[in-house]
Amino acid sequence: MTTPSTTSLAVARVARERRGAGLARAAGDRLGVVGCIAASVLLVIALAAAFAPVVAPYDPDYPDLLASLSGPSPAHLLGADALGRDILSRLIWGARITLAGPGLVILIATVVGTLLALLAAWRGGRIDTAISWLLDVLFAVPGIVFGLIAVAIWGPSLITVVCGLAIAYVPYVARVVRGAALRERNMPYVSAAWLQGQSATGITFTQILPNVQPIVVAQAVSSLGFAVIDLAAVSFLGLGVQPPTADLGLMVKSGFDSVLRGQPTEAIAAGTLIVLIVWCVTVIGDRLTSSARSMR
Amino acid sequence: MTDPLLRLDNVRAALRLRGGEQELLRGVSFTIGAGEALGLVGESGSGKSLTTRAITRMLDPAFRVTGDIAFEGASVPRMNAQALRRYRQRDVGMIFQDPRAHVNPVHRVGDFLTEALVRDRGVDRRDAERRAVELLDEVGVRTPEQRLRQYPHELSGGLLQRVMIASVLLAEPKLILADEPTTALDVTAQSDVMAILDEQRRARGLSLLFITHDLELAAACCDRLAVMYAGEIVEQGAHVYEAPRHPYTIELLGARPSIEHRVERLPVLRYDRAAHELLKAEAS
Amino acid sequence: MSLGAYLARRTGGLLLVLLVTSFLVFGLLYLAPGSPLAFILGPRGGTPEQIAAVTAQYHLNDPFFVRYVAWLGDLLRGDLGYSIVYRQDVSDLIAGRVGTTLALVSMAALIIAVVGISAGTLAALRGGWTDQLTSSIAAIGLSTPSFVIGVALISVFAVGLGWFPTFGSGSGGLDTLVHLALPALALSVASAAYLARITRASVLEERGREHVQTATVRGLAPGYIVRHHVLRNSLVPIVTVLGLTIATLIAGAVVVENVFALDGLGSLLVRAILQRDFAVVQAVILVLVVAFVLVNAVVDVLYTFIDPRIALGSRK
Repeated sequence: MTTPSTTSLAVARVARERRGAGLARAAGDRLGVVGCIAASVLLVIALAAAFAPVVAPYDPDYPDLLASLSGPSPAHLLGADALGRDILSRLIWGARITLAGPGLVILIATVVGTLLALLAAWRGGRIDTAISWLLDVLFAVPGIVFGLIAVAIWGPSLITVVCGLAIAYVPYVARVVRGAALRERNMPYVSAAWLQGQSATGITFTQILPNVQPIVVAQAVSSLGFAVIDLAAVSFLGLGVQPPTADLGLMVKSGFDSVLRGQPTEAIAAGTLIVLIVWCVTVIGDRLTSSARSMR
Repeated sequence: MTDPLLRLDNVRAALRLRGGEQELLRGVSFTIGAGEALGLVGESGSGKSLTTRAITRMLDPAFRVTGDIAFEGASVPRMNAQALRRYRQRDVGMIFQDPRAHVNPVHRVGDFLTEALVRDRGVDRRDAERRAVELLDEVGVRTPEQRLRQYPHELSGGLLQRVMIASVLLAEPKLILADEPTTALDVTAQSDVMAILDEQRRARGLSLLFITHDLELAAACCDRLAVMYAGEIVEQGAHVYEAPRHPYTIELLGARPSIEHRVERLPVLRYDRAAHELLKAEAS
Repeated sequence: MSLGAYLARRTGGLLLVLLVTSFLVFGLLYLAPGSPLAFILGPRGGTPEQIAAVTAQYHLNDPFFVRYVAWLGDLLRGDLGYSIVYRQDVSDLIAGRVGTTLALVSMAALIIAVVGISAGTLAALRGGWTDQLTSSIAAIGLSTPSFVIGVALISVFAVGLGWFPTFGSGSGGLDTLVHLALPALALSVASAAYLARITRASVLEERGREHVQTATVRGLAPGYIVRHHVLRNSLVPIVTVLGLTIATLIAGAVVVENVFALDGLGSLLVRAILQRDFAVVQAVILVLVVAFVLVNAVVDVLYTFIDPRIALGSRK
């Protein structure tokens, strides 16, 4: 008992290192080959977007009128749009909003949805009935309509749409989490914690939440793909992000006008990037969902 | 000597795995004559069900099957698709363990009974239904007309197994394969169903391959018994129940619960794979 | 439960949901910043007649719940209010455009059902590279927003090849069909991909069932087994997804109608939002939600015919 320090520290460190290696391998196991490719592509896009000021070759708003509607060239790798702005730079900046906006939508929806679901699952009875009914009513309205309603009330802007869509995605998260939490609630380990005198809130957050966490994450990632599509669609309609801000949905819109004038580069580039982002997110979401299911 | 109805000759089935093959049927040979009943007995995993699947060529493609299975002299493994379908339609009938899983839940009982007749024999639907009603009556189903309009989930397990038996009898096969037909039923339904199967088979002079782990039941309704262990038949003949010779059979018979003798605890089978291999080596 | 009792209960639940949504849609007006009157008239201000008309339409001089009941009463009589921008009854505006949206959604639903179910079934039954190819295409289709597909279709088939008209909904009959072909295709891609996935999974699961073995060992024809025992039993998840999909198509039409400049409910909604034509916004949203709820209710009833094990009303 006199020399616990060095050995136990060493053991702890080895354990930690093992866990680190295990985490990487676990991520690989959970995602599979295609999932890892999707995750890498998404990481590259996210990093480029995050460091847009450094990575983008041009100021996304700088109009080089001489280059207007020019195709790909050494100076502008993907050409320039109708106002002569560098398309590549606008893509990189646009990816910021296309990732951050839906990210915020899902973050809000996941936090609110998970809390509602845990409350419903733990309290049961009338509270559960009321929450489930509320979720059913929210379900009765198609997601994008919430975004449109919000815009109708508070006027077109990114924040308005994000708030509207966040409400729309709450039931998607809450339903899955409520089901999972109800299953966990009936597990013996929860009864055991209950008998040990833990409080309901304590059990919910220290026992149930960690166990439903993989499902929460999987559902959040899966929903993210749909949120990207919805948010881009609202921008495309001109009801979300307002010009001249660079946004992928808006770029498809302005690129669409260029298509009719015979220059499809902007629309193709922005459209392809949206598809790529959604594909990556969806693939990762699918893998996480099936691995969360197989863990049960 | 004329061909028996069914002859299995050194049938082997090996499951192709990533690391090689695992042989699950290891040279099974037996015959069933016309009108004869053979009971195939063994523990779970001994290969009884695999044998019936091999006879109907229902084994997963992952299995490599060698040896010959001949029905009235025709080789089952060598049949083309058309001959195989005809063989399955007219020659063999299969009764499964769990009727609940083996009858399509979304169609009416009448559809299940008549679909083969109507589809493959060109029997008029009304005719087929009349025959189905007659047969349900014969296998002891009351109010058969009404049953035809019901869905499988509205029938009890015992009743559904009778429907399954009727469906096999409707096809008028020469051989019935019954894979633990009573195991999934409650005790009261078990003896009824077994009695009906036995009675109908004898009345029609059909052959039967009866798969079970119940030695006594098999002995009661079969002409001969074959005992399987680890993919092989260790002993077969009419004597097996009264005068077993193989150590495994003797142990198996000793392990039955009995009403006459009270025992504290059933003996555990000591016969295992090692003993089995040793015995085989000694015998050869 | 008897069919009558079930339908009565089902209709009751439906009416309750519709009542709540109508209340929410009505309440939207009061979530907006500023007074309802100022919000509806917007920066345009308004003539005394307009102020009087809006006050009467929304019963603004009455207490809140009286306003709602009066508004609901108008609604039930088919009076959806008056559009400030179009200077027309909203019900007339909607009646003139609902046909286009309905035709678009119906065409898309047909494409989704045919392509989705056959692609999914084919992938499940053929396996191998057919499956790989179908699954990959489905994954990409699922990731592509309808407006991106719409823009691509217009670039290739309308602008590039000139096979189809670029914009508009045509002059009825065959012309409308040609005009709606590309929009319906754009609207259907993602949903068809999703349905193909669900169908594939469902067919694979049903094909492995024991009763399919029974059918095989009885020597039934393989094609008959696929149709009568595999596909038939896969229908519950397929119909569920198809129903949900059709319900969301009505909202998806908002986007597609804008890409192709179709004069339907969706483009009416977007224009109304941009022009703050609030009576139109309320009415169109109400129509969308009602359609969504109704389609879902129909699907629920359909279940009981597809699977006899599902008792009336036992499935949520």
